[in-house]
This record gives sequence, structure tokens and C-alpha cells, in this order.
Amino acid sequence: MDVDKLSEQARSYPEVVLSKTHPFLCSEEGQALIQNDIKENGLDRVVIAACSPKFHERTFKKALEKAELNPYCLAMANIREQCAWVHMEENGKATEKAERLIAGAVKRASVIEPLETQEVDITQTAMVIGGGVAGIQAALDIADNGYKVYLVESSPSIGGRMAQLDKTFPTLDCSACILTPKMVDAARHPNIELLAYSDVTDVKGHVGDFKVKVLKKPRYVDEDLCKGCGDCAEACRMKDRIDNEFDENLGKRSAIYIPFPQAVPLKYLVDPETCLLITKGVCGKTLKCADACEAKAVNFDQKEEEVELNVGVIVLATGYDPYDPSQKEEFGYGVHPEVITALELERLVNASGPTSGHVEINGKEPKDIVFISCVGSREKDGNQYCSRFCCMYNAKLAHMVKDKFPDSNVTVYYTDMRAFGKGFDEFFEKVKSEGIQYRVRDLDDPIKIEKADGGVVVKAEGHPDIASDMVILSIGAIPKAGSEKLSEMIGVKLGDDGFFTELHPKNRPVDTAVRGVFLAGCCQSPKDIPDSVQQASAAAARASTVLGNGKMVLDPVIAVVREAGCGDCQICLSLCPFGALDFDEEKKMAKVDEYLCQGCGICTAACPSAAISVRNYSQDQLEAQIETLMGID
Amino acid sequence: MADEFEPNILAFCCNWCSYAAADLAGIGRMEMPTNVKVIRVMCSGRVKPEFVIKALSQGIDGVLVLGCHIGDCHYITGNHRTLKRFEVLTRLLGHMGIDPRRLRLDWASASEGDRFTEIVTEFTNTIKELGPNNLADYHGRKAARVSQ
Repeated sequence: MDVDKLSEQARSYPEVVLSKTHPFLCSEEGQALIQNDIKENGLDRVVIAACSPKFHERTFKKALEKAELNPYCLAMANIREQCAWVHMEENGKATEKAERLIAGAVKRASVIEPLETQEVDITQTAMVIGGGVAGIQAALDIADNGYKVYLVESSPSIGGRMAQLDKTFPTLDCSACILTPKMVDAARHPNIELLAYSDVTDVKGHVGDFKVKVLKKPRYVDEDLCKGCGDCAEACRMKDRIDNEFDENLGKRSAIYIPFPQAVPLKYLVDPETCLLITKGVCGKTLKCADACEAKAVNFDQKEEEVELNVGVIVLATGYDPYDPSQKEEFGYGVHPEVITALELERLVNASGPTSGHVEINGKEPKDIVFISCVGSREKDGNQYCSRFCCMYNAKLAHMVKDKFPDSNVTVYYTDMRAFGKGFDEFFEKVKSEGIQYRVRDLDDPIKIEKADGGVVVKAEGHPDIASDMVILSIGAIPKAGSEKLSEMIGVKLGDDGFFTELHPKNRPVDTAVRGVFLAGCCQSPKDIPDSVQQASAAAARASTVLGNGKMVLDPVIAVVREAGCGDCQICLSLCPFGALDFDEEKKMAKVDEYLCQGCGICTAACPSAAISVRNYSQDQLEAQIETLMGID
Repeated sequence: MADEFEPNILAFCCNWCSYAAADLAGIGRMEMPTNVKVIRVMCSGRVKPEFVIKALSQGIDGVLVLGCHIGDCHYITGNHRTLKRFEVLTRLLGHMGIDPRRLRLDWASASEGDRFTEIVTEFTNTIKELGPNNLADYHGRKAARVSQ
């Protein structure tokens, strides 16, 4: 390209007062040249005709800023990547094209406006909602970064689903051994305030300044006084008469209880649905639990308590619920006692579980054991997603029962083996070599469990029937109950599958469309423990970035609405992928949430009256640039 | 050769994928015709159909709209909107007496410099075959008659 000719041509435009060439404008020297010229000539716009703005737009914006010129007063003509380098054999024509690119950029410079960035304060406090392994990890990481964290857990103890598991794949280490220290760390961390047995009831505000209402449910036990000794539970009239949810209802507990021995906080609570005093208004002549408590911690006058907390960022880590297989008649779950879920087996094999690790069905040890994969996952008309952890926990449990009952026959019905993680495939191969039979079946092929003498019979098409005395259903994950309500409160949308949606599957996998809200663990999609922990650390890192030094700059290149122009049609509202548009009923016009808008301009292309436009990308500005660029002005 | 028709073509590229593809073509020194001039928008979903109609009415010979591949949009659903809008726009152009082949909607990821080059080359050839867009002359004459 004839650069001197281009410079000369540029000088001829009425807006241009100065045109110079330099071999390396992005160098210190080049930038100094620009800064001097801005100051000496009182320039109010700068056009750089050089490489792609993708490379040095920020460099030049900084240069403008240093010369006390608004950094948005810059336009760039990409005459290297998109001209010189792709027209090496067309000297004359390349120069002609570059001339147009520069003319277009000069026009753009003359029509764009200086923009002011807005700096907002960030409350340097985080909230993590959900105290499973993902929530615990996120809370620990943010707290270790030096920020205060509220860890809110709906159930009486943190620990989540992982606390229910006996061993973890593919290493077979004990779940509690990994998790319990983390739980204790979270409770003891000086920067973490644990709010167990508490629900988030309202979320208002925006990044840097969320106002979250948290309802602390009454435990009817004074947390400061309770020593966790368990004398109250021993004394309870309902002792061993209430199904323990933590044990998948296979074990019994009292009405005053802790869900499991390693519960954190180790504070007892009264179940309001089964306590005689609460449900019937009377519990014998004296309250046995209160009498038994030396610390005098039992307090039936306790009321629920609502607190409002101010936080800068929120990490959602609400986890998942296990699929309920009783909705599929063919499996006979809930009908045949031989049919159990994998989560129930986890509790049965656990040494501190309801049976102290003894696995018995109908009073005898199982001999013919069948696993069935993909129950509630990969359905044509239901949950279409893969739950991602069942294949591997299946292999783990198959190994464990075979280990427990070496003489048993273990068969696994599966469809595709998804052993994708580190060490997974090696583990699967090891399990297969232990004499466990893997039988492939198509997901569409019928499978049925029927009552038979001394147990059940599993009838899978294309395979011989198996008489069995224990059938384990490998149930998948479904969105956590209450996700919809939380989604409405916080504004993070749920996907078609009912799980929370990340901002971008590749670029922003832990961010959400609500700035300042991040996702960790199974609330985003089913995932195993390693992936949950990784995502939690990632979410914590992103959250800490926002908490940063307490300030945040909002990009001014976002949509704005011209008051007089908006015609009330509300078309733009439905188009925004980020829910950044709302309707102002009073002014009868669309309004933009400057914290949520990403500046894409999808709304502006649909506005019939060009009332909404992205700053410096308005219809007039773009059309002026187009006309000059194309030489039709 | 000197008289060969050189079309004047406008390309809208999205900041995240197709504009980066155009840059990558440059980095890879992929030779292509000089006829296409790129305007950068944040998302192909920003391209108002009006821009295209106006450009073609003003005598621009062809318009390219290039976004991220479906499913890869930086703004999640931006290019879905583009796709929907342009299906309608293409039909509309026919009704307006503009050859719909003067508009091409396509996708190029940030790693597809070669695809960008291919699209530019192909489209330039298509427009060369179609010949100059004389709609500007038509509008010009009509405007002149009205003002008399």
C-alpha cells in the first residue's frame, strides 16, 4: 500500500487537521507522538489506521486517556489484517480500499461521542447459597481470598449429597473422609458466617449491592448453648419412630435430632412436623428433651427470624435432587422391596448408615444383584440430559457389592459407558475384570421388573431373564426443588432442562446473565464431585475478581432509550438474552438495566422507531459510517 | 481488463467471530478480492434489516452479513435473531425488485480465516456475475422527476 498517499488523502478530509505516518504507532514512541499531537493541537478525535482494533484498540484508548482526551473518541481503520495482508498481489486496489476504510473511520470518529464510564461501589462480601461440596468449596476459596462470606444452607447441616455417599469414584476413598474436614473448615473459618437451616426469601439490587433476605427457621434449640451431646434425642418420646431423610428414610431418628453424626453445625433441632409438642400441643407431663438437656438449650419459644444481608456477589450452589423412580411403573420401585435406588444402597453399605453397613433385603444377603443404568436420564420425552455421574457410581457400587458378597452374581444393564474423567476408564476396566457382567441394552428397549418366587425377575429385551434378589436403579439428577422460585428472585434463567443457565457455555461457564451471580456444581447441570469442586473454585475466583478492590467500572457502550421515541411496543423486551430490558409503566417506555446490558444491540435492530440504541452504535452513526466507507455519501 | 466490473460490497461482521475470522485471514496472508469492506458491529443481531435495504437501494452491489455459527453466539441467541430476520428479509428483497442473491448471510468462527476468504471470494464472484446494482440510478431518476 502507498502509505504516504493514504496519509495525504486523509489530510484532505474537512474533519482532519493533522495526518501523520509512523512505523509503529503502538510503540511507546508512537503513543507519545499521539499524545503530544492531541495536546498541541487540541484534537478531539483520533483515527488510527493500522492493525486490527482487536489487537491495540485498548492501547490507543489508553494513549488518549493519558492525553486527557475521552478514550471513546477513537476510531480505527483496520488496514493491515483486513487490507494490506489479504491483498498482497493488488497494490493499487489495496491502497484504494484502504482509502475507503480510512474515510469510513474518519466519518465514524466525527459522529461518535465521548462517553463517561460509571464507577460503582462493590460491597466486599459474598453469599454462597447451598452448602454442598460445591458451596463449601466456593465459600472457602472466597473466604481465603480475604472476603466475608455468608454460607446459606436450607437443611440443618452443610454437606449436601456428598455427605450421603459412602465412597467416591474412581479412587474409592471414603466420602466423609474428604468432606468432613472441609465442612469443619467452613464452619471454623473466621471469614465464613454459616447460616444453616435458613432459606433465601428475597433478592433485590444488583452486582456490588445485593440485598438478600434470609429466613432462619427455628431449631427450638439454642445454638449457643447446645453442645451436640444427643441426650435430648435419646430422651425423645419419638425416638426411633421417625424416618430419617438423610438415610433415604431407611433409618429412624427422634423428633429432636441431627441428620447425621458429623453434621455441621453440630446443633440439634426439633422437627416441627413430628414433634408431639408442636403437632399435638402436648408431650406427656414433662418435656423429656428439655429435661435431659443439661445445657438448657431446648427452647420452644424460638421464632423464625428474618435477616437482611448486603452482599456484592452471589454464588448459586443449590445442587440437585435425585430422580424419583416410582413414576416409572416398569421398575416396580415402591412395589417390590427388592428394588432400591443407588442412593439407598449408598446408605446401606455405609458403616455409619442405618444398618451399620449390613446389606440385607427381606432379611437375607443378596445373591443375584442387578443394576439398571439411565433411570430418569436420557429420556426421549422427559429428562433428555445425561446425569453424568451414574455410569461411574454404578461401577463403584457394583465393585462394592461384589467385594462384600464375593459369591454373588452382579449384572449391570447399561446403554453407553460414559467414563470420561481422569482415571474413570481405568476404573471401569478394573470393575469389569472383577467378574461383573455388563450387558448392553438400547434405551428404547423394554425392561420390566416383575414379582417372582423369592424375589423379582428382570426382563430386558434381547437378554435372558435374571432372577434377582436386589435390583439397584441408577437414578439421575433432577433440578433442585425450589429452583424456579430462586430463579425468579435472582433473575438467573433456568434452561429447558430446569437447571440454571450459565452466561456462555464456553466463554463464561460460571457467570450468569445477572452480573455478580455465579454458578457452582449441580445447580448448573449434573456433574460429579471433581467437576463440582472445580467449578466451585472457578466461581469463587470469578466472584473474588468482582469483589476486587471494592470498585467496578460499568462499560458505557450499552443500550439507551430515547424518551420521546419509544412507542410502547415492548418488542425489545422479549429479545434481550440477558433480561436487561424492563418496561417503565409510568413513563411508558423501555428501560435498560445498566448492570445487565452487554451492549450487543439485538434490541436496537428490532426497534421500529430506532428509540433504543447502543451508545456509539446508533442507526445514524452506523449509516453515516457505511455511506462514507462505501463511497456513496 | 480495465473496464471489468468491480463490485462495491459491504460486509457486516460481528466483533467476536467473523471479524476475528477476517483478521485471521490477514494473519494467514490469505489472498482475496478487494471488493469487500467490513464494518464491525458487536453482534450480527445488531444488523437491522433496514441497513441492508438502504445499502442496496443506494446502489451498493452486495451485502454480506457474517456472524458466529449458530450455537456459538457471544450473546447466546443474537445470531438466531439474525437468521430469523434474514429469512424474511430475503423474501422481502424479491418483492422489492432486488435480487436476493445480492445479500448473503453466513457464519465464520474466529478460527475460520479460510472460510471467511472463501465466502468473500465466492460472493464477489456472484456479484460480478449479477452485474452492477442499478437501483441507485432508478431511485435517482424517480427522485428527480418528483422534484420537477
